[in-house]
Amino acid sequence: MVLAYIGVMLILPVILILWRTFRPGFGQFYDWISTPAAISALNLSVLVVAIVLPLNVIFGVMTAILLVRNRFRGRGVLQAVVDLPFAVSPIIVGVALILLWGSAGALGFVENDFGFRIIFGAPGIVLASIFVTLPFVVREVAPVLQEVGTEQEQAAATLGSNFWQTFWRVTLPSIGWGLTYGVVLTTARTLGEFGGVIMVSSNLPGESQTLTLLVNDRYNRGAEYGAYALSTLLMGVAVTFLIVKTVVQVRRKRARQT
Amino acid sequence: MTRSILGKTSGPEAIRPELAQPGSELPPPPKARTLSRPGSASLRFGVTMLWLSLIVLLPLAAIGWQAVGGGWQAFWLAISSHAAVEAFRVTLTASVVVTVFNMVFGLLTAWVLVRDDFPGKALLDVFIDLPFALPTIVTSLVMLAVYGKNSPVGLHLQHTPPGVWVALAFVTLPLVVRAVQPVLLEIDRDVEEAAASLGASGPKVLTSIVLPSLLPAVLSGAGLSFSRCVAEFGSVVTIGGQVPGKTEVSSQWIRALIENDDRTGAAAISIVLLSISFTVLILLRVLGGRTARREEKAAA
Repeated sequence: MVLAYIGVMLILPVILILWRTFRPGFGQFYDWISTPAAISALNLSVLVVAIVLPLNVIFGVMTAILLVRNRFRGRGVLQAVVDLPFAVSPIIVGVALILLWGSAGALGFVENDFGFRIIFGAPGIVLASIFVTLPFVVREVAPVLQEVGTEQEQAAATLGSNFWQTFWRVTLPSIGWGLTYGVVLTTARTLGEFGGVIMVSSNLPGESQTLTLLVNDRYNRGAEYGAYALSTLLMGVAVTFLIVKTVVQVRRKRARQT
Repeated sequence: MTRSILGKTSGPEAIRPELAQPGSELPPPPKARTLSRPGSASLRFGVTMLWLSLIVLLPLAAIGWQAVGGGWQAFWLAISSHAAVEAFRVTLTASVVVTVFNMVFGLLTAWVLVRDDFPGKALLDVFIDLPFALPTIVTSLVMLAVYGKNSPVGLHLQHTPPGVWVALAFVTLPLVVRAVQPVLLEIDRDVEEAAASLGASGPKVLTSIVLPSLLPAVLSGAGLSFSRCVAEFGSVVTIGGQVPGKTEVSSQWIRALIENDDRTGAAAISIVLLSISFTVLILLRVLGGRTARREEKAAA
């Protein structure tokens, strides 16, 4: 009975979409995912990931080290702030960014005086994506740091290693799999972000649309098949991520047991 | 001791960092100071707080600022307008219905995944996370394909509340399952077998022994499910159709307000939604913590 529930909820929709997309033939599918608008959307999505990922990795690892290795009074607050994005709706993220960076907003001088558009520009999409993916790297790296412990770092210190040497050669390799996992989650989430970006983007095809925005646009315009084709592509990406995620998890478990 | 508002700071084994296990917190760091030289720690703390402020705190503060900027009158007007109240009603009804549904079926699914064996189980286990990995707009279209006009199962749920419920159920499907699974895996079967040997029937064992120990995990998953439903936007967009009073959820109303340049209104509704999410999460975490502590005392 449970299997029937899962079957109807999960598997039926996937099979249906695949069937609807590929029934007219692979050629049409390929046409719809290689239009100029689609290529530009792909470029924008990949660009956003390329900016969000390094920032989240650097600051995420820094935050994780701070949370695990240091004692200070605001630690609980820091932990709560890191977890905050999970409780915030993507639409509210968009509203917050508009209220802060929009031309009528608190930091509106950035746009008005410096001409640097955040809302309705790529930086807005980047900021929204960083917001929603902020916790991932931290929450995957922190427990690993916790488990690995400080013995190796201490040993390195007694052998005369300074902070940076210890960090590069001892700490970073030990969090390898945790970091990889966090990276996978961040990338998947950034590529799939919709609610936040629809608020802060000007949503112009060929210019400021991410892949998800293009799907929405095509559906609204009545280009239903095009929307489904692109959705299938994104679904393929999602399934790939699921597989990569599982592989990383398995490797991680194995690494832990050695 | 650090406490996450979601109650979970370790155990990524549960794959999904969004899930919380009540009662587990990061222990305090060891006394040795290896990566924690005083000078560099202050600098790193400063940089980290600056980053977090810029990305998370300032935007949220901007909402608060805007919401109260117009005074209490404007705030109240915004959240008590007819459309806002209707949107709240639709959102909260859907969230409660879907969360209760998930509590039952999520628990059952976790049970089947842990206690039963069938071909393809490992594959299914991986695919439970599909709703997490799928972009919400794709989910929306997928739901439309199955439950919309050309539905192969004959259900036409577009522009109806059940359509919204089905989409939300899809998106939150993994939450209770993944919260319960690890706990179920760890349960000591000895107690169950002991009860059975003392003459307790199957259902009695279930209700007196197994379910109480799963309750914190179920509640935790339910809290996450509820929060997600309240906040959801992308997946209900096409199948819901934003029919005011029937399928327009609060997040859609917020968007409508912003597009009509009613920033105070949008901020006000946002504050309400955030408060609901936070309250539910904290409440369930407290409840879950209390239940877990009671279980520990009983087991001791």
